[in-house]
Amino acid sequence: MTIEYVIKGGRVIDASGETFADVLVRDGEIVGIGPDLNGSRTIDATGCVVAPGLVDLHTHLREPGKEEAETIESGSNAAALGGYTAVLAMPNTTPAIDCASVVRDVQAIARGVACDVEVAGAITVGRAGEQLAPMGEMSDLGVKIFTDDGTGVQDIRLMRRALEYARGLGVTLAQHCEVSELSAGTCMHEGEVSSRLGMPGQPAEAEELMVMRDIALARMTGARMHFLHLSTAGSVAMVASAKAAGLPVTCEAAPHHFTLTDECVSSFDPVFKVHPPLRTAGDVDAVRAGLLSGSIDAIATDHAPHPAYEKEKPFDEAPPGMLGLEYALALALTELGMDIAEVLARLSWKPAEIAGIADRHGAVAVGRVANLCVIDPNHEWTIDASGGASRSTNVPYVGRTVRGKVRHTIHRGVPTVLDYELQS
Amino acid sequence: MRHLLSIADLERSDLESLLQLTDRFVEVSKRPIRNVPALRGKTVVSLFFEDSTRTRLSFETAAKRLGADVMTFSVGTSSVKKGESLRDTVETISAFGIDAIVVRHASSGVPHRIRQWTNAAILNGGDGWHQHPTQALLDSYTIRSHFGSLDGLRIAIVGDVKHSRVARSDVQAFTKLGAEVVLVAPPTLLPPSLDGWPVTVSHDLDAVIGTIDVCYLLRMQRERMVEALVPSLREYAHRFGLSPGRADRLGDRAIIMHPGPMNRGVEISPEAADRPNAVVTEQVANGVAVRQAALFKLLGSESQFEAIEKAGS
Repeated sequence: MTIEYVIKGGRVIDASGETFADVLVRDGEIVGIGPDLNGSRTIDATGCVVAPGLVDLHTHLREPGKEEAETIESGSNAAALGGYTAVLAMPNTTPAIDCASVVRDVQAIARGVACDVEVAGAITVGRAGEQLAPMGEMSDLGVKIFTDDGTGVQDIRLMRRALEYARGLGVTLAQHCEVSELSAGTCMHEGEVSSRLGMPGQPAEAEELMVMRDIALARMTGARMHFLHLSTAGSVAMVASAKAAGLPVTCEAAPHHFTLTDECVSSFDPVFKVHPPLRTAGDVDAVRAGLLSGSIDAIATDHAPHPAYEKEKPFDEAPPGMLGLEYALALALTELGMDIAEVLARLSWKPAEIAGIADRHGAVAVGRVANLCVIDPNHEWTIDASGGASRSTNVPYVGRTVRGKVRHTIHRGVPTVLDYELQS
Repeated sequence: MRHLLSIADLERSDLESLLQLTDRFVEVSKRPIRNVPALRGKTVVSLFFEDSTRTRLSFETAAKRLGADVMTFSVGTSSVKKGESLRDTVETISAFGIDAIVVRHASSGVPHRIRQWTNAAILNGGDGWHQHPTQALLDSYTIRSHFGSLDGLRIAIVGDVKHSRVARSDVQAFTKLGAEVVLVAPPTLLPPSLDGWPVTVSHDLDAVIGTIDVCYLLRMQRERMVEALVPSLREYAHRFGLSPGRADRLGDRAIIMHPGPMNRGVEISPEAADRPNAVVTEQVANGVAVRQAALFKLLGSESQFEAIEKAGS
């Protein structure tokens, strides 16, 4: 039986431009874009933007191992509500996603959930930074990005070899930049606020030294390198100049790094604890400017659920991370002062390219799989503490009023969200 | 005042009123019977996640002299050892029906956080490197009792300011009360940023020693060498310790202070520690009266105030 519907009355935006048009979807595929299309069913998009589904390069789904915080299913539901049709699942699970069998497990669990779950593999066995993980066998299963996220690969020789090996596989290595000698035992940014609060802090240089090192290694090896969650002005500047020099590097920034500063930690509430830590207002400005100029390619959520009891620990003992999937788009639209097409570039087609899934995500075009989101850019709402569809509630934006909300999400032609409601 | 969490929350007038209240308890402490039952029927819990026999006993003595019931929650032998969370511990204790919790914890911010899980008043008995407000009050009281007031005094705080909750509290209290503070330490033992701190900084104790009214020495911990913050305790003592020679160069009226416990031979020479102008035991004695004042301020009432006065007549 044919399933057909038309998304009617919206403004279609993707990398190729924008146009007021209806979008006709049949059996999971976009079959028509144009004025006055008709289908057996209508999804209203009046006053809305019809965009490609969003792609998150940085999602912690916590399964396997920490299902009390999130599951692949609950995280995918949160993603759908946030407008995402694909997320890249980080490998810092228990066990770590560091070999073919765990990749297969995650892919099997992810079958049929509310968005595509792309799997990132670990660079080193157990993310321990000592021995290369079998990237080849994971690459055979479709893994295109490798990272030890949660920590950076500290050993320079090992990182060099990892990049060289990755180049042979045609995959990308993504780095969580943090030099452990400068970050061990710390729980926030080192500066005026940490000094006042009496908290051990890590300087911006803890991140910047590894960014600097990895740019040198990328130059040396010619391998593709992606920098995760850049948080300092210095990092943004270095990656921008590496790109200007023609190196094959890309980078991302997280919503909390363009909205929140280390001053938030004055509350001692671990909901504001994250790695890399919330930085200064100057760093926030640099991240915003980098997103505006395009030197930061993508907004990635670093969605990191933790159960409430973990976030009730003392600040220095609590685990780092905060939710992001349901807030990233609204925060970007509200805070960045960017044209919506530019925001969508950072949230959809750029990350789709980096993830190597641009054939299935990041465009609204005839003949493509219908991975779409329909955004009401004028919908004002206040972020609450519920955590939405996530199993966790570590939301650092509670009480903030934002503008722009995902009204519908279409994943492989199937509506996962209709009129702001998750479809089961 | 609902809680005593940080000197940062207090105005000069709050500090002065606490010091004036302390005067009354010091006066009472000189009587044959030191107890005043101003908090009879109240229950005070000492919840020390970090060992500190001195501070705990000081608080418990203060509470007992006010007639309060005192419960000691000893973390080492309790449910906390079995993995009970901070929140569960606080909620459990609160369920007994209590009026105040004196909390000490190795993590900065714990007293601020536990407020939301109890109706009891919270007294910060020291949190991480952050604050130790009753220490700042007893230090201020001790200085005031020697000089009449802190206004215009020049106070050096010498040593490991970076890791010191005492220093963070003292800087705020001393400057709010009108003193000038100079921090004396190698850069490695200072906080990474002093933006917004109303202090001056020196790396040379010899240049400062002749200019100050109070020489406040901080405890130097042995593990700081492992962290490459100082080359050796010997070098630290040589450059920043209060040697007899440096103590000689203090002004006639200047006093020597230390929060205890002292590392004799490191931050202070044994000879300097035993000089008449070293007031370390006075600080300890004033600690009880200051904590009585703090507990009374949080839990007491006017009518009980009168009871104290009457007991004195």
